[in-house]
Amino acid sequence: MNIEKKASEGQMIEFIDVHKWFGEFHVLQGINLSVDRQERIVICGPSGSGKSTLIRCINRLEEHQRGRIVVDGIELTNNIKNIEKIRAEVGMVFQHFNLFPHLTIVQNLSLGPIWVRKVPKKEAEETAMYYLEKVHIAEQARKFPGQLSGGQQQRVAIARSLCMNPKVMLFDEPTSALDPEMIKEVLDVMIELAQEGMTMIVVTHEMGFAKSVAHRVLFMDFGKIVEGNTPEEFFEHPQHERTKLFLSQILH
Amino acid sequence: MKQVVQAEEIRPPITHIGVIGWVKNNLFNGVFNSILTVVTLFLLWKVVPPFFRWAFIDSAWHTTSQACREAAGACWSIISMNYRFILFGFYPYEEQWRPLLSMLILFGLLFYSRDRSHWKKPLAYGWIIGLFTMGLLMKGGILGLPSVESTQWGGLPLTLLLAVFGLTAAYPLGVILALGRRSRMPGVKILCILYIEMIRGVPLISLLFMSSIIFPLFLPEGVTFNKILRAQVAIILFTAAYIAEVVRGGLQGMSRGQYEAAESIGLNYYLTMRLVILPQALKIVIPPTVSILISAFKDTSLVVIIALFDLLKTTQSVLSNPEWMGFSREAYVFVAILYFLGCFSMSNYSRKLEKELSRGD
Repeated sequence: MNIEKKASEGQMIEFIDVHKWFGEFHVLQGINLSVDRQERIVICGPSGSGKSTLIRCINRLEEHQRGRIVVDGIELTNNIKNIEKIRAEVGMVFQHFNLFPHLTIVQNLSLGPIWVRKVPKKEAEETAMYYLEKVHIAEQARKFPGQLSGGQQQRVAIARSLCMNPKVMLFDEPTSALDPEMIKEVLDVMIELAQEGMTMIVVTHEMGFAKSVAHRVLFMDFGKIVEGNTPEEFFEHPQHERTKLFLSQILH
Repeated sequence: MKQVVQAEEIRPPITHIGVIGWVKNNLFNGVFNSILTVVTLFLLWKVVPPFFRWAFIDSAWHTTSQACREAAGACWSIISMNYRFILFGFYPYEEQWRPLLSMLILFGLLFYSRDRSHWKKPLAYGWIIGLFTMGLLMKGGILGLPSVESTQWGGLPLTLLLAVFGLTAAYPLGVILALGRRSRMPGVKILCILYIEMIRGVPLISLLFMSSIIFPLFLPEGVTFNKILRAQVAIILFTAAYIAEVVRGGLQGMSRGQYEAAESIGLNYYLTMRLVILPQALKIVIPPTVSILISAFKDTSLVVIIALFDLLKTTQSVLSNPEWMGFSREAYVFVAILYFLGCFSMSNYSRKLEKELSRGD
């Protein structure tokens, strides 16, 4: 287990005793987590365990109600300017892609750079084409999202996040809405990204992916991080009963 | 020989294609539909030829009212002899080229704006200059044009003025109200809900009455607002409330994911709405929006109740002239055609726009 970490200027992301409720439902129950720069973390756990909510707190798509979250040295508060700054630095890929259906692929990609980063249109489109090449889909640049397959759309969504040149990428079950034959093309892109040293937090049940790229695998249940370990330890020697049960259910 | 030909191209039986096939499939497929077809044909035969005879053969086109009364058919003379008054109302007779020219400028601008590829800066300047010129032409008072008070404006130019300004101002106001109603700020939200519900709870006629009779009571002595302007404001406020509700429906149809995707790349509220949400939401609601705009266009005729002489009122005035009394059929057919042209071009344009915008689907 070779955990290559750069000498970091502080943690990339830090959760300190974070709680969140949906009404009465206590969805996050005291999360403590710190993510190093260039670290890759896979989060798994049964549905409703709070794993999506956890990563959605990082760019404030969900608001935590107790504790502190610090992203790249900026604490998440109600300060809308800070939130926008963090969102520009944190890329997110969704289960249902969420491309903008009224814009072409290249417009989808250049929207953020043009309006948030104030990059000139031509330069933004060049960057867009660069990242489309990277996700092996440049020939679709002038099409609309509705004309692409699910796997292609998800790769576009990854490229859209990359265009903002983010410091962290969050993946919220990126392959769960895909047909089986398309999962690999998306995972391949994510593996390439990992090899370049991107900081990644991935919510997924793709255990093969976890084994090959993650530095740490976390298991969540009932709003808590039950255990976290290197993939080898996690899969070979799970410590908790609930982890063992979960693993036995998804790896048969 | 015949057999060879048949082998080369086998065509469907003659009863399934061509005119006979069409008639069979669309007019006589089943007993009930066959009866309907026969009854409809009978009614058409009863109605269309007599109407045609009335409107075109026995009709009088350009005669005195006396000759008209003797004609068996339609008296289109009421239009051809009075069209200047119907179209322009009390606008001074010798100056009526001015509203005519204004309308031509307006039609020209509207027609040019049909094409979305023309929506660039020069067109915006064109509209500003055009509107300014129209105002100048209508009002006069400089450049040697005699001044014409707005109390003398009437007929088609007045209808178009109320409609075009009413609709173009009501649309953005409606969008803002819809966004406000969905706002997270309670103050803004409550204000917008109050506005929408109060305006929608009142008929347009009472708003027009309020703007023309009650509103001036609250103004200090000597301060007056132009009557047309007051009617215009009432129409804008009224239409905006309805547009707001339609747009709100479109906004609710947008998935949470679109907001989240926009936010996750760092777009702020204003940019999220402008670049991601509104372009999609407004497209979804084109059909109901156009319905509202069409009915607002027709509702401009309600300004007669505050004594503005719009197109409908000038037509009625001609009918109250003893000379032309009794030809209301012809007069109303004419006005109906004008209103229809306005409404039909709106719905036509909206269909074209929908088609253009649905490229991505």
